[in-house]
Amino acid sequence: MSDILDILLAANFWAAALRIATPLIFGVIGALVCERAGVLNLGIEGIFTAGAMAGWMAVWLGAGLWGGVLVAALAGGFFGLIHAILTVPLGLSQHVSGIGVTLFATSLSYFIYRTALPDVSSPPRIEAFKPLDIPVLSDLPFIGPALFQQTALTFLALAVVAVTAFVLYRTPLGLAIRAVGDNPSAVESQGLSVYGLRIGAVVAGSALMALGGAFLTMSAFDAFFFGMVNGRGWICIALTVFASWRPGKALLGALLFGAFDAFQVRLQTEVGSFIPGQVFLMMPYLLSIAALVLVARKADYPRALLVPYFRGQR
Amino acid sequence: MTSTVDGAPVVLKLERITKRFGALTANDDVSLDLHRGEILALLGENGAGKTTLMNILFGHYVADEGTVAVAGTNGTLKELEPGSPHAALNAGIGMVHQHFTLAENLTALENILLGTEPLSSFSSARGKARKHLGDLMQRSGLTVDLNARISSLSVGEKQRVEILKALYRDARVLVLDEPTAVLTPQESDTLFATLKKLASDGLGIIFISHKLDEVLAASDRIGVLRGGRKVADQPTAGCDKRQLAELMVGKSVPESTRTPQQPGAALLVLSQVTTGTGRDALHAVDLELLSGEILGIAGVSGNGQGTLAKVISGLEAPISGTVSLNGKQLTRSSARGMIDAGIARIPEDRHRDGIVGPMSVAENLAIETIRKPENQRFGFLRFDAIAARAKEAITAYDIRCQGGNAPARLLSGGNIQKIVLARTLDSDPIVVLAAQPSRGLDVGATADVHRRLLEARSRGAGVILISEDLDELMRLSDRIAVIHRGHLSSAERTENLDRGTLGMRMAGHSEEQAA
Amino acid sequence: MIRFEPREPASLSRLILVPVAAAVVALALAAIPMGFAGLNIFKAYGLMATGAFGSLFAFTEMLTRATPLILTGLAAALAFRAKLWNIGAEGQLYAGALAAVAVGTGVIDAPSFVLIPLVVFCGALAGGLVMLGPTLLKTRLGVDEVVTTLLLNFVILLFVQMMLEGPMKDPMGMGWPQSEPILDAAALPKLMARMRIHGGLIIALVAALGVYLLLKRTVWGFEIRAVGENANAARHAGIPVTATFIRVGLISGALAGLAGVGEVAGLKGYLTADLSPGFGYSGIVVAMLAGLNPIGVVVAALFIASIFVGADSMSRATGVSNYLADLIVAMALISVLVSGLFLRFKVRFVGQRHTEGAAK
Repeated sequence: MSDILDILLAANFWAAALRIATPLIFGVIGALVCERAGVLNLGIEGIFTAGAMAGWMAVWLGAGLWGGVLVAALAGGFFGLIHAILTVPLGLSQHVSGIGVTLFATSLSYFIYRTALPDVSSPPRIEAFKPLDIPVLSDLPFIGPALFQQTALTFLALAVVAVTAFVLYRTPLGLAIRAVGDNPSAVESQGLSVYGLRIGAVVAGSALMALGGAFLTMSAFDAFFFGMVNGRGWICIALTVFASWRPGKALLGALLFGAFDAFQVRLQTEVGSFIPGQVFLMMPYLLSIAALVLVARKADYPRALLVPYFRGQR
Repeated sequence: MTSTVDGAPVVLKLERITKRFGALTANDDVSLDLHRGEILALLGENGAGKTTLMNILFGHYVADEGTVAVAGTNGTLKELEPGSPHAALNAGIGMVHQHFTLAENLTALENILLGTEPLSSFSSARGKARKHLGDLMQRSGLTVDLNARISSLSVGEKQRVEILKALYRDARVLVLDEPTAVLTPQESDTLFATLKKLASDGLGIIFISHKLDEVLAASDRIGVLRGGRKVADQPTAGCDKRQLAELMVGKSVPESTRTPQQPGAALLVLSQVTTGTGRDALHAVDLELLSGEILGIAGVSGNGQGTLAKVISGLEAPISGTVSLNGKQLTRSSARGMIDAGIARIPEDRHRDGIVGPMSVAENLAIETIRKPENQRFGFLRFDAIAARAKEAITAYDIRCQGGNAPARLLSGGNIQKIVLARTLDSDPIVVLAAQPSRGLDVGATADVHRRLLEARSRGAGVILISEDLDELMRLSDRIAVIHRGHLSSAERTENLDRGTLGMRMAGHSEEQAA
Repeated sequence: MIRFEPREPASLSRLILVPVAAAVVALALAAIPMGFAGLNIFKAYGLMATGAFGSLFAFTEMLTRATPLILTGLAAALAFRAKLWNIGAEGQLYAGALAAVAVGTGVIDAPSFVLIPLVVFCGALAGGLVMLGPTLLKTRLGVDEVVTTLLLNFVILLFVQMMLEGPMKDPMGMGWPQSEPILDAAALPKLMARMRIHGGLIIALVAALGVYLLLKRTVWGFEIRAVGENANAARHAGIPVTATFIRVGLISGALAGLAGVGEVAGLKGYLTADLSPGFGYSGIVVAMLAGLNPIGVVVAALFIASIFVGADSMSRATGVSNYLADLIVAMALISVLVSGLFLRFKVRFVGQRHTEGAAK
């Protein structure tokens, strides 16, 4: 028991939890923005991959770190636009289109990476984001190392949560996004464009998802690997349900998830000799399923989620 | 070029509107003027083109021919950009659709504010909006809790929010599509009083209806549409009911009426049936349906009729209480069990629950009996038998379609209802549950539905008729019970009831309170 | 501007034309990445064609690759018909393969006519049971099956790795994480000497015919179609919706499990954790290209398989990344989605500034 306590009380455990949570925060908020507007975006897994690859490659080509972030966001927006066009004005199945975007974004990213770097045995590395050393705050005992020795992207993720919450609940735009995911005809009857709002939300949400991917290659690691996203996108979709489509709860869910993951990694070093490593690696996926089961009964889905809207039809 | 009739300026001018959907001409060369301060009733039966016309006005549809012009603030008429709800709103047109266009999870205030502030704005001036709405509510008498979620409001309150939406945008023209369809008679009276007040303040109002009485009572002028064409446009004073009915329907359709008949023994008995929570839940509902009678269930929509139909259809099991048919327990029966017990169910939403659109007419006719030996052998379908029976049903029920193999979704609402009637009534059921069976149907199709229900009654079946149309209920039902907030009143003989009493009960006033 | 108008039921020729057009468009779009990679485009198409059809060997390789795709394609097609979104064929394939290895590597010693059916049955059962979980979660608790099936893919692959590094590891495998070889008596027979094409293809073709008959001619199929097209109306009409979902889940998972059986018992002979290069996901593309028609699935699987085999061969000859094949397959899915609109709607180009939306 005391071992477990030791783990939980170590500052580096909480630092790891926040680090693991960062890509998920981007992903969950991105998925949340899409779904609040009524569009399920299963392109997320591929958009993560595209963001990871595009961001990394931009930096590798000399665009600079923030240039890389911008390129990743643009790549995400591009694939989001494909999904949005297929599902919003054309009204195609959001499930199938999302899977299609994931397959397309993943294979395109891999193909471009392989074509640009055909003969490398070990992946080339970039100078990734460094933990920020914030004067005073970083030096605080416990809190300093846990919270304030993260990279700039982690702080960007936290800012994204705050901005998303503000926009959704405090601005006319957020009101329109919430309304279009609830009843699009309410939006149209008030003179707003259903298609415009939905396409915009999906593109913006997808750009955020891509930042989650970019964090992997530009902060968590400094290189791009095949299969590095490894289901994180799907986990974000599950967490969005768990968070009841609320930004605050989404942050909480991602942090909780990060903490669990950091905990099991540490537990693994303690008891890893008895239990195969794969059991620990399964935990994030099983945990996501458990989270879904937990909230399934009372999940308050946006009413118009998955329902295409055609004008003049109510 | 402001023209004047009766002295008041024209605020809205529809000129030679034509709209076709494929082979169907929904609006055929329709012109219409609306004056300031006037209440214009647009009368027509279902399918006459009223809603299409209003959807063109509001920019949901684009007319194939013709123009819409609206008076600006200075009174000059300006042509409206077609196909743009945004332009219609900006021109001062407010629309209250029959199916409310409200986001249920948002508050009343949020629904009203939606789209009234620029999307690029970083803040929302809710305090100011509240104050303005407070004034509007006081002036119009349309009070509503602005902080309430729409999902918690009653139908009448939702309608008030819809009207406030238009008033908040300073509408000069207000269009209401079948506004009384979901209201009690008393609520309807209040609504018309409010509309009169708004009109006297200068608002031009169009309301769409197929109910002659309210059109005569509440309008200044009446336009009649039939088969997409305008067949009359005249001041209300001087109109009479018979003349309007003829204009609306064209040919006269013989209306089925029930002949007195001695009811038999009790068939379906619900005793103390209670279901889950929520607005639609049932509370200790007692009901006894007799052989050879039509029992009407009156009520404002959303008061538990849906749940009652679900329980009898075997789609929702009660928490407590019992359901029995001829003394046989059916309380927790599935849909299958109810069908097998001899209960025919005509669902309220025939597109959603009645047919599988992409499947063929024949398959939709066979769907309830697909596991019966006549339709399958060893799990394999008997196509010939299914097709043969479909052919019979298509003839017997006059289902207009391109044969049994046509997808059911291509049929009109009336013919889809005939599919449902054919497959449910053909097996001579003991009990018929008909939920809103004539909703959205034209006069001919409605008469057909009524005739089938009366036939079932005369052959000794018990019929439960759930309807929001009091005229329909009073004409067909032997007895009527009223449902309000999940409580079902005891049924009384129709002869002893009048619209006023039913309306009071639908609004939740019991006799003692009223007295 | 473009205007959509709902169409009467589509003719058979159009039903066939649309996926063919989508396939052609996807192949044509492949010219862009090939050009980007610096290939001579015409030469590259030629290499792809010879790679898939150029010799008897190439052709049998294509058929071998099509075998699991037919089965995962059927798994997706059947499930999607009922609007049960089984995206977990990849995991179910591995479950089937694991079960095949579990019973086919020496635990039971029996003659072929017992052992082969047993291996096939256990593989199908394992796949079906894996899909039963998400199906029950959906019907009992309302948990979205898309996410659960997707997540289970990862769990099952890790489980397979765990078994291959632990209890099921081949002691003679020189330390590689792979299972013991399937007994000869449990292996599916080869169909041609010196070629890799195996009995799994027969299973796949029989399965396609079976699913076709199931959907078209049986009460179960009727119920599956009704539930998929309008679950509300089906429930109201007394069709057992939950039982139908469970039936579909079991059969769909079993079909994907059979794909795994074929790969280990017909092709590889033993199980490794890289058995499938994404057959489960490609199966979704196959199903969509086929318009969810079981017979169409066979044709679509042949097309996708020839892309994979052809692009592999072209990739070996030119050195360009074989992710090109995945890219073409993904583009085929998006193309078929878009071209499907031409089936449902008449698309008219009109000179009007404003358009009105399509009705369903």
